[in-house]
Amino acid sequence: MLDTVSAASKPMIEISGLRKSFGNFEALKSISLNVQEGEFFSLLGPSGCGKTTLLRLLAGFGEQTAGTIAIDGQDMTGRPANRRPTNMVFQSYAIFPHMNVEENVGYGLKRLKLDRQEEQRRVREALDRVELGALGKRRANELSGGQRQRVALARALVMRPKVLLLDEPLSALDKKLREQMQVELRHLQKAVGITFILVTHDQYEALALSDRVAIMFDGQVAQVGTPKDIYQNPVSRKVADFLGGMNFVDAEIAEENGVSLTLDAAGFGRVRAPKPQGYQSMGRQITLGIRPERLRVLWDDDQAEHQIGGQVIDRHYFGEVTQLIVEIPGFKAPLAVTETNDFGADDIPVGSAIRLAYDPDALVAMND
Amino acid sequence: MTLLRKAGASWLPIYAGLYLLFLYLPVLLLPVFSVNASAIPVFPLKGLTFDWYRSLAGNDALINALWNSLLVGVASALLATVLGICAARAITRYRFRGRRPMTAVIMAPLFLPEIIIAISLLMVAMQLGLGLSLILVIFGHVLICLPYSATVLISGFEGFDPSFEEASADLGETAFGTLTRVTLPILMPAIISSLLVSFTISLDEFIIAFFLSGSEPTLPIYIWGQLRFPAKLPGVLALGTLMLLASLLLLTFAEMLRRRAAKRTQLDGGFHA
Ligand SMILES: Nc1ncnc2c1ncn2[C@@H]1O[C@H](COP(=O)(O)OP(=O)(O)OP(=O)(O)O)[C@@H](O)[C@H]1O
Ligand SMILES: [Mg+2]
Repeated sequence: MLDTVSAASKPMIEISGLRKSFGNFEALKSISLNVQEGEFFSLLGPSGCGKTTLLRLLAGFGEQTAGTIAIDGQDMTGRPANRRPTNMVFQSYAIFPHMNVEENVGYGLKRLKLDRQEEQRRVREALDRVELGALGKRRANELSGGQRQRVALARALVMRPKVLLLDEPLSALDKKLREQMQVELRHLQKAVGITFILVTHDQYEALALSDRVAIMFDGQVAQVGTPKDIYQNPVSRKVADFLGGMNFVDAEIAEENGVSLTLDAAGFGRVRAPKPQGYQSMGRQITLGIRPERLRVLWDDDQAEHQIGGQVIDRHYFGEVTQLIVEIPGFKAPLAVTETNDFGADDIPVGSAIRLAYDPDALVAMND
Repeated sequence: MTLLRKAGASWLPIYAGLYLLFLYLPVLLLPVFSVNASAIPVFPLKGLTFDWYRSLAGNDALINALWNSLLVGVASALLATVLGICAARAITRYRFRGRRPMTAVIMAPLFLPEIIIAISLLMVAMQLGLGLSLILVIFGHVLICLPYSATVLISGFEGFDPSFEEASADLGETAFGTLTRVTLPILMPAIISSLLVSFTISLDEFIIAFFLSGSEPTLPIYIWGQLRFPAKLPGVLALGTLMLLASLLLLTFAEMLRRRAAKRTQLDGGFHA
């Protein structure tokens, strides 16, 4: 499933068996990952799962307890941060307060001993790239949060790294600016063609920006895949839950072959679903899931091939969509249904009977 | 009630004025009598003269003492600040065993009477058979300056984001380059304050210098020696006035430097787009 990227690309980062302990605490437990050249790759996971630790090991801050990291085919073990082909955008941006924007961006170039004109040209180019051309003489304390973020980006990009590492670069910005910067970040990455590794705990950010995403829990990678892949086919309840709402239904395994499972689930009847990654036969119980937006309200006499009936017990209005909580006879937990408000889902009274249509392909089997 | 408050409000500036006068009048008398034609410092003044100042210029013993004081002051300030930087860095950056006891040891001279420090150093010097010298004085001054310089520097280091140094390394700079291009410039305000505080403390320190300087008096020791001769008093007054002026200038200059550096490095405040 790693082969979603074109076959022509080569691995830029190869991580194998990487471990990191702080004292007795294992922050990373045997991570193996490949990232392709030119890929926008995200590390997604809840707070404390080890994203920053992994990113810092890539940058050369701290030493791994075991395992190896290779960048562009070269083993990085024992190589300090200042001699790695990576650059980092820090969460705090770390803009040098005693320098202006141009001096900040030119900081790393000074060591390359370029001639003055070439150095200035590269600083200009980097500043123009992040649309900060006019602010070269400003100091760090004269910049807004979004501007600082751009300076940090320019300062890293001007070094032309093989890999750009970004640790939650947008988390300090307000919602509006964050969304704007997400779009710009994506454009920037396409324009420069550098491999980006983005750390985030915002699932929408990861889904919207990345070519591929690695979801981490407790120092381990739970799943790697394209945004669509991991959203539609989460391997476990945990992954599904982290990527947005998911209805879970208990199911019983009726039949099993090489790639798929035939299941019996109350209400949905007999369904067939692909085996989740890493599936191990463990008894006859398994969890089936369906996303709230994959359930559709059937109005009046509408009919669908696959439908299920219940009663609305609660309703949440979110502006463009409404979420209905529907109790289905025989289900342990009620189903959440997300429906756009075009047809008046926001007017469905609590307590009314309702029928829901679903596509059996939208049902996914998951490990626990 | 309001009447009382009103009365209080109008009396407060007067009280404050009297208080300041009481504090600073003696200091203000110094320049006044230093240009008085009479050798005896009493009113009424006898007339204007700059003779006392002129007599200072040709006084080799005085210039020697001044030189000694400057030497001791600069050396103590530099040493105390370098040691203070090491201590502040260790205390703010690393969590190690013995961090608290170490802090206490650095701060201890603050609570020890100087005379105790002076006598102990004298005893150590005698035991080791070292002759009395300015080096011993510098040693003693570093000891008493360290609590002040460490305090100033620790508060400077506490506001220092470690990711500045990581960002520098990430951009290809070596550890030494990071120190000179990032760490020291950002901490400059604290370093200047520390140098200044230490220099001032050393410059007017008397007891330790008295016990340990031997045959090389510092300025306070020289002045104290002069006071035994009434005829020398006006010269001392002139010297005191010059020192007053010099320290005012030094303070102003250092504060300007510090403010400029602080303004440049302050992250908040200032203009926000
Ligand atoms: N220097 C350290 N010493 C001890 N424990 C550490 C250290 N750095 C990180 N940890 C621990 O390792 C775990 C992973 O930390 P990490 O910073 O990588 O999490 P994260 O996924 O980046 O979380 P967040 O989203 O909150 O930034 C945490 O439990 C943290 O407490
Ligand atoms: Mg983190």
